[in-house]
Amino acid sequence: MVERQLSNREGRATRGLLILLAILFLALFLLLPLYVVFQQALSQGLGLYLAALADSDARDAIRLTLLATSVALPLNLVFGVCAAWCIARFEFRGKSLLSTLIDLPFSVSPVVAGLMYVLLFGVHSPLGGWLEAHGLKVVFSTAGIVLASVFVTFPFVARELIPLMQSQGSEEEQAALVLGASGWQTFWRVTVPNIKWGLLYGVILTNARAMGEFGAVSVVSGHIRGETITLPLHIEILYNEYNFVGAFACASLLTLLALLTLLAKTLVEWRQHRATVRAGEQTLDLRARALTHLNRESA
Amino acid sequence: MSLLNRQYSMLPGFRLAFGVSLFWLGLIVLLPFAALIVSTAGMGWGAFAHTLADGRVLASIRLSFATSLCAALINSAFGLLVAWVLVRYSFPGRRLFDAMIDLPFALPTAVAGIALTGLYAPSGLIGQWLEPLGLKVAFTPLGIVVALTFIGLPFVVRTVEPVLQGLEKEWEEAASCLGASRWQIARRVLLPTLLPSLLTGAALAFARGAGEYGSVIFIAGNIPRVSEIAPLIIVAKLDQYDLHGATAVAVVMLAISFVCLLLINALQWRVARRHGVGR
Repeated sequence: MVERQLSNREGRATRGLLILLAILFLALFLLLPLYVVFQQALSQGLGLYLAALADSDARDAIRLTLLATSVALPLNLVFGVCAAWCIARFEFRGKSLLSTLIDLPFSVSPVVAGLMYVLLFGVHSPLGGWLEAHGLKVVFSTAGIVLASVFVTFPFVARELIPLMQSQGSEEEQAALVLGASGWQTFWRVTVPNIKWGLLYGVILTNARAMGEFGAVSVVSGHIRGETITLPLHIEILYNEYNFVGAFACASLLTLLALLTLLAKTLVEWRQHRATVRAGEQTLDLRARALTHLNRESA
Repeated sequence: MSLLNRQYSMLPGFRLAFGVSLFWLGLIVLLPFAALIVSTAGMGWGAFAHTLADGRVLASIRLSFATSLCAALINSAFGLLVAWVLVRYSFPGRRLFDAMIDLPFALPTAVAGIALTGLYAPSGLIGQWLEPLGLKVAFTPLGIVVALTFIGLPFVVRTVEPVLQGLEKEWEEAASCLGASRWQIARRVLLPTLLPSLLTGAALAFARGAGEYGSVIFIAGNIPRVSEIAPLIIVAKLDQYDLHGATAVAVVMLAISFVCLLLINALQWRVARRHGVGR
């Protein structure tokens, strides 16, 4: 009698072929672009690479990028925590609407986002005209770049925190309140330590996206040299001037930032995984102890 | 807060947190949207008709959505393959590849754009091999598809992965015991279960791709009526201070994306219902 093999797994050959195909695809689409950035940046030697980064235009661009990010990041951090506190801890009418509206910036093309800010704050609009008369220029200035960065990174922190806080539940906070802690004490001593890894990951994502945003910033920037050029816009200018070493040198900085982001993400996920496993073990341990106790009692 | 009909909770801070959230949401998201709506309402049909009568504009909108659809289809196939391989098999470098999937999220679009152009340009690392074969990628619509495939990959993989992880092996074992071949199991058991998440991932990739700007403009070559995408038309119209034209294109793009997402949602709902996955 021929024994029939169970078919709930693929054969070795199929498995090998699938793995090979997947690796080839990922190498082609993910690894090669990474390699090209560094290869092109260093193609004329390390001296020219460093010179491209020390260029005064590049330094201005880096400074503006850091400035815009350092303004956008804390603002969206505070918003993200507030929104997550509302959505994950309370039941109220319009909750799902609020949740949908928070995601809105994800589904808008960056160029359209920039256009909306131009329509709102441009010179011809009532608000923009009024602000301009009072000496505040938004479009084609640093303020516009900051606003565009805030818009594109708007949902990140809230998106990370909401599922995390929902899965944790509010028992620990309630316990703290019952024991007499004030609202702020509960927040700083119970909530923040519980969500710190999710918070960190949200901040990392916000940071990466704010530093790298191109489309929305490009529309509101007006490309004024030395004034409204961020690092990604500087890369575009250098590339269009056929200064490939310069463009890829600046690009390598942002690529390193992206790789650091991925590394941080992996570490945060690993920490979170370990924390849940440990919490699970503790529960199991408690249950086992309770069971032995019960058994002893009944015996 | 009786207006919000909030249920009683002993936790404090709702008013403060809700107030801050609403203020920031209103200022950053709702106000600009309102500006777009007000400008659109003030334009009248004439401006729309005038802008859309331009063949170059129509061609760009068609190109944006067609290339995005192609990329979403490629990503559905390869994203499913990658998710399957990452979840089900172990091989050296698996964790590294898994972490790398998010690269397109983390890498600034302008960097992705020049890197892909550097690869696929006729003198580039891949381009020099494709050139003798008569295959031009950079500066053609094919290049746009390549860029959008790069951008969309994590959407599909990251939506399918958790569903695949949660899939119970018992189903496959049961099907196998009942005499199904591996191919039958893949088609009749695995695919229907994965289909809703696969559709969601592809829809997200499609929506993102249609509006993508930074990674596309370098590799596209931006030849009018051939490889000029709709977001670029918006930027070009803004540069010429043609605000009405730019707004018209933006609104048409938003409307098409919205209808596509609605259609996909409906399709997803039907698929989920037919296979009893949504329950």
